Amino acid sequence: MLTSLGTKSVAVRTPDDLAGIDAIILPGGESTTISMLLESSKVFDPLKQMIDEGLPVLGTCAGMILLANEVSDGRADQKSFAAIDISVRRNSFGRQIASFESDLKVKGLTNSFRAVFIRAPGVEKVGDSVEILATVDTHGQTEVPVLCKSGPILVSSFHPELTADSRIHQIFLSLIK
Amino acid sequence: MHSDNYEIGTFRVKRGLADMLRGGVIMDVVNAEEAKIAEDAGATAVMALERVPADIRRDGGVARMSDPVMIEDIQKTVTIPVMAKARIGHFAEAQILQSLGVDYVDESEVLTPADEAHHIDKWAFTVPFVCGATNLGEALRRISEGACMIRSKGEAGTGNIVEAVRHLRSILGDIRKITQADAAELFEWAKRLQAPLGLVQEIAQTGKLPVPMFCAGGIATPADASLVMQLGAEAVFVGSGIFKSEDPAPRARAIVEATTHFRDAAAVANASRGLGEAMPGLEISTLEVKLAERGW
Repeated sequence: MLTSLGTKSVAVRTPDDLAGIDAIILPGGESTTISMLLESSKVFDPLKQMIDEGLPVLGTCAGMILLANEVSDGRADQKSFAAIDISVRRNSFGRQIASFESDLKVKGLTNSFRAVFIRAPGVEKVGDSVEILATVDTHGQTEVPVLCKSGPILVSSFHPELTADSRIHQIFLSLIK
Repeated sequence: MHSDNYEIGTFRVKRGLADMLRGGVIMDVVNAEEAKIAEDAGATAVMALERVPADIRRDGGVARMSDPVMIEDIQKTVTIPVMAKARIGHFAEAQILQSLGVDYVDESEVLTPADEAHHIDKWAFTVPFVCGATNLGEALRRISEGACMIRSKGEAGTGNIVEAVRHLRSILGDIRKITQADAAELFEWAKRLQAPLGLVQEIAQTGKLPVPMFCAGGIATPADASLVMQLGAEAVFVGSGIFKSEDPAPRARAIVEATTHFRDAAAVANASRGLGEAMPGLEISTLEVKLAERGW
């Protein structure tokens, strides 16, 4: 998807891979596992410093959890970049059988966006510095924020990487100076 | 109230979880305590089952779906996805597992098959399924029945990687050949593989399976994980290899590190240091029952 948008991408596995990047995507996966590997591969500290200094970040699903200021049911030893003033709950919409897809109205986009939610986190609290770009109604909850922006940080509960629609990635690329 | 065009259980939602597990390690566990060790070690998911394959092999008899109490205990203990196994063709076991809210059902040859001709119609379920395969035809038949993840079978419970390598090479080698075939040859490929033509044509276009392919059956060391990842597996299942070894927690952690950094030999070497004894291995030619031959 990034290549089709004219962007060059590298996979970051070690601190050396961070050299020369203009932005980073923290993708989906298991946040407990990713947090542990960020620590063991010694990527966490240098990346935290870069984010604190203004590196643009797109965090999807697990990536959103890693960027949130507060995780309401995370593991005690789970690391966070605390880069956006939101509070999230892991697996907020339930187990895999409750995972869903739905059309979202996204601020700034004319047509709706088909969003895929996989054991997705939910945003429970949002600080004043955060702009909510999309919400979802489901599982007895209404207007749950699922796409939020704060400065160069963009986070989604859903997985824009699982659909062919590149508009969320384009919003992110527009945040890179 | 739901947002517009809300849907659960779509193919995209079901395969989406498999996508999220890519690059990770899924570990067999038989109780909540082992599940906690697996999660602490960085497993991306656990497979809840009553006996690991090495014990099923030793004990013999009929191996069935696990007790719901055990599965629920594990679900309460960990926050990562919990998978569980149903017997081949045993759709009632799969219905029970779905009702328990397991995140993935493994229609598995490790358990004793319930149907000698039919696999489960997996399209009928909201819960996604993973199925084993020894060759590309078997993988495509499972996908046509609705499997959203394929794992190469290997030979479970042996600690011997040779069968996993054979199956991975067979599946990925045939995919490479199909990408070189012309349109007329694809009909012959479909016939030879006993697989739907549409899926064969899709592979000719994309050069890969339409769902993620993981590796199972015989992984016992960090080097084994690195080997199968370099051969083209997208994640690994470790069954008996962890909890039948001398010191499970560090070995679990080491296999996670080796799977993440599978191309970095120094990192895999580092992960391999001082892990104690691996599980005892079995020579394939001495086996009375080959689990990989179950399934059709």
